[in-house]
Amino acid sequence: MYRGKAKELLQDISPGDRIRIKKGSATYEGILMPRSELGDDQHIVIKLDNGYNIGIEITGASIERIAERESTKKPKIKVKKTVGKDKVTILGTGGTIASKIDYKTGAVHPSFSTEEIINAIPELGDLAELKTKLLFNILSENMTPEYWKKIAEEVANELNSGASGVVIAHGTDTLSYTSAALSFMLKNLYKPVVLVGSQRSSDRPSSDAHLNLISSVKVACSEIGEVVVVMHESSSDVSCLIHRGTRVRKMHSSRRDAFKSINSRPIGRINGKLEIFQTFRKRREKEKVEADTRLNENIALLKIYPGISSEILDYYIDKFDGLVLEGTGLGHAPESLINSVERAKEIGKPIVMTTQTLYGRVDMKVYSTGRKLLARGVIPGGDMLPEVAYVKLMHVLGVAEDLNEVKTLMITNLAGELSERTLYFA
Amino acid sequence: MKIGFEIHQQLDTNKLFCNCPSVLREDKPDIVLKRRLRPTQSELGEIDKAALQEFLKGKGFIYEAYQETTCLVEMDEEPPHMPNEEAISTALEVALLLNANPVEEIHFMRKLVIDGSNTSGFQRTAIIAQNGKLETPEGVVGIPMICLEEEAARKTGEEGMNVIFRLDRLGIPLVEITTSPDIRTPQQAREVAKKIGELLRATGKVKRGIGTIRQDINISIEGGARVEIKGVQELNQIPIIVENEAMRQQRLIKTSAELRKKNPKRDLSFKIVDVTKVFSNTSSKIINAQLNRGGRVLALKLKGFKGTMGSLACSTPGKKSTNEVAQKKLGPEFAQYARVVAGVKGIFHSDELPGYGISEEEVRKIEDILKLEEDDGFVLVAEKKEKAKKALKAVFKRARMAFDGVPEETRVANPDGTTSYMRPLPGAARMYPETDIPPIVVTEKVLEKIRSSLPELYEEKIQRYIREYSLSGELAAQMVKSDRSLLFEKIIGKTTASPTIVANTLLGTMKDLKREGIAVENVTDERLIEIFSLVADNRIAKEAIPEIIIFLSHHPNATLNEARESLGISSFKENEIEELIDKIIKEKESFIKERGLAAEKPLMGLIMSKVRGKIDGKTVNKILKMKLENFLNA
Repeated sequence: MYRGKAKELLQDISPGDRIRIKKGSATYEGILMPRSELGDDQHIVIKLDNGYNIGIEITGASIERIAERESTKKPKIKVKKTVGKDKVTILGTGGTIASKIDYKTGAVHPSFSTEEIINAIPELGDLAELKTKLLFNILSENMTPEYWKKIAEEVANELNSGASGVVIAHGTDTLSYTSAALSFMLKNLYKPVVLVGSQRSSDRPSSDAHLNLISSVKVACSEIGEVVVVMHESSSDVSCLIHRGTRVRKMHSSRRDAFKSINSRPIGRINGKLEIFQTFRKRREKEKVEADTRLNENIALLKIYPGISSEILDYYIDKFDGLVLEGTGLGHAPESLINSVERAKEIGKPIVMTTQTLYGRVDMKVYSTGRKLLARGVIPGGDMLPEVAYVKLMHVLGVAEDLNEVKTLMITNLAGELSERTLYFA
Repeated sequence: MKIGFEIHQQLDTNKLFCNCPSVLREDKPDIVLKRRLRPTQSELGEIDKAALQEFLKGKGFIYEAYQETTCLVEMDEEPPHMPNEEAISTALEVALLLNANPVEEIHFMRKLVIDGSNTSGFQRTAIIAQNGKLETPEGVVGIPMICLEEEAARKTGEEGMNVIFRLDRLGIPLVEITTSPDIRTPQQAREVAKKIGELLRATGKVKRGIGTIRQDINISIEGGARVEIKGVQELNQIPIIVENEAMRQQRLIKTSAELRKKNPKRDLSFKIVDVTKVFSNTSSKIINAQLNRGGRVLALKLKGFKGTMGSLACSTPGKKSTNEVAQKKLGPEFAQYARVVAGVKGIFHSDELPGYGISEEEVRKIEDILKLEEDDGFVLVAEKKEKAKKALKAVFKRARMAFDGVPEETRVANPDGTTSYMRPLPGAARMYPETDIPPIVVTEKVLEKIRSSLPELYEEKIQRYIREYSLSGELAAQMVKSDRSLLFEKIIGKTTASPTIVANTLLGTMKDLKREGIAVENVTDERLIEIFSLVADNRIAKEAIPEIIIFLSHHPNATLNEARESLGISSFKENEIEELIDKIIKEKESFIKERGLAAEKPLMGLIMSKVRGKIDGKTVNKILKMKLENFLNA
């Protein structure tokens, strides 16, 4: 938005208005455009009649408004409604799975009504009877445990009132935290809960949102009664993988196939049809799902690194009710932290050890540091992902009666997050 | 006549939005991706219906890429990086050379393109400058806009529903120069394209070679319509194409008047009749082949079109017919529409029948079935039913346009100077801001720097070469326009060799040797400088230059001394040549006495056969003349 000098010059002229700028011998005419957050306060941006934007430096410029912003009447879109198919609810949490571009002003508006989504992706109408609901509209990096609870309650509601499955449109940055949280919070779940996102925004013709969403709705109608993440399998627009909600991680900052199952096979693939790679909990229609939203949010996740000072760990131990460490290798931390760990044990604060290698499991009996940590009550996180252990510890501290139960639950597989055997994946 | 240009020139920098090299490759790609592009909706929820249909039917794209020379940006797997600075400054340089006003802040836009040629589904483009102008002898031509944009991927084939593109070309910076429709004659058009081309090359930062510059021509004549012609490669083709197009538009205007007279109500209906049964015993090979493949013959009546379609050879678009009547009419237009829209090989129209093995009787039967009257014509398509229908629908669409004269369209230039229909003229581009790239301020400081080092334009440079280096006008022009003028000036700057010899070597000798398959690129610039300093010192005769270049091409690591030794080129000192000449004069004493001064020529030949390449002929001649005169006078 305009600020400083540019704002002064513009006065009450606002983006969308048609303006004329005179500067020296030059005259420019076009529609005033909004200003990028990265732009300075010395330029004004207009869209010329040929569709191009240019920035004009304001020194010595005079501006007049020629016409007010044209209001665009939005026509009511009518789409064929499907009946007699599976009912699938799409919950929106932010980001866009469909959008409209106002070529007059260049603005991109999200579309989220059922009609708008079916208009944009007509294939969806043939798959299920859709219903959409926008829960909130936040960037995924701003997600908090409070939002997880809200999503969990809404999912339970929809499933218990007849939906065959629920699809949750979610920003990709923290998508796997939410999928882990839902995996722990949704008890007695026997229907598909599918989280989906996109790595290329939906205003682009090349967006991955469409294939991901179509695949998600297919999974939401399937027999898979679990929390899963459905995203592109490769850089091509060919297939999507179905990842278990507690085994998935965003492993690339920008590629379409950023989401990978870690220490586990994906449950399956959607490539036109559904292919299954491993066992899953089967759909049962009659069960009632319950959202157990008790969480202790006062948990922290700390990465171990060479030179980490014990003061940092001490701070965390004092400040938080529980701590997940992302240790090195098999689950190690430097000797210098041992005293702090000992103190955590004395004051009854659980510490869970995971590994920053992500792949593989912790094994703290092999080297002496590991053994020392074990002896001081550190809970081995098995082959759990650090982020999953973090969400699980919140859940476990929210539901467990005492520290013993915390320990037991943390080393027990609750939602597919842990396994006894480390399989070889070629 | 109004003519305007859009000229696209590739820049010789890395790619516009990533640091990949701008190289095209013909070896096997090691990355293959399959993608789809879904038409997006506008603010009003509108989607391009035809494009959506294609998409839903499964239209897709296969992208070929290379691990070494392409990256995630071309694959649309990573946001664009900041635009290449050299590309921006080159575009600004071009803008200043065209007397245009650079914008104060550059904003990249996304221009929607969903034919697959851009992995993102849009082309990134920005206005760099506005309101330039170009002086020509026939008047000033306006340059309303200079843009910097990314080059599209190049199509390498098709595979079922998929179009194959290679990503090596995607992202190469392109400067786009748009002229106003101020050009009035075919010759002026050539002049403008030539001038802009030279001006671009003068920057020294543009790519050269086939496909690196593309001219799109916009032409309209009085009463005609704007037609855009793509793919014009050669300057000399421009006036021919312009004239042909003007003639085509005139013919279409005339034909439309004729049609409006014969069918004033524009009574045309899209009624397709299956006339396959007429051809049960046909001797037409084309039709028989189609029928054997399970095809049908469909017919469309065209009221009032008799005589408007031309005769002979209309079904081969782009092929210039020898028959004047044939090129005049709508036949080729129909055939091109049918081919582009439905992918059929050709059509038959009534003006060219009987013919192609279709008999008079068969024609009469069709006329009966279609209930044709005196002035009516028809079009036949023999193909699989759906394809044939689609083709006739395209013909019908084009036939309706014929009443109004010239339709606005994009055409493609054929090598013979004619054009063929390619697609309707694109509507206003759908554009929205490229939010991944922040606006770029063009400061006065940056412009000042570019202004202070603007390149010499061709004309100025040619004059300077003539003035300073005493090159002939022709040689100077050739040198300036070649891509070796920088090297030329470098050699002249570092040696005292004759500029004419240097220019002739760079333009003639090197080129000839290369044509003979000699790897002259092995001879580095430094080597050439060495050679010419020896030439300047008379230690190598200019006649020996080709031999030395050949030797160094084969032995890139050899020293120049080694080259001279193995070629037997020792440096002939003047006293040595004097001794040699004395010796020969003595030997040929009687011959010289007999012939007098006329002995010079044969003697010269004899001497040169012994010293060729070791010493310059001029020096030899000078000494010989002197000695001969002395001898005869003695």
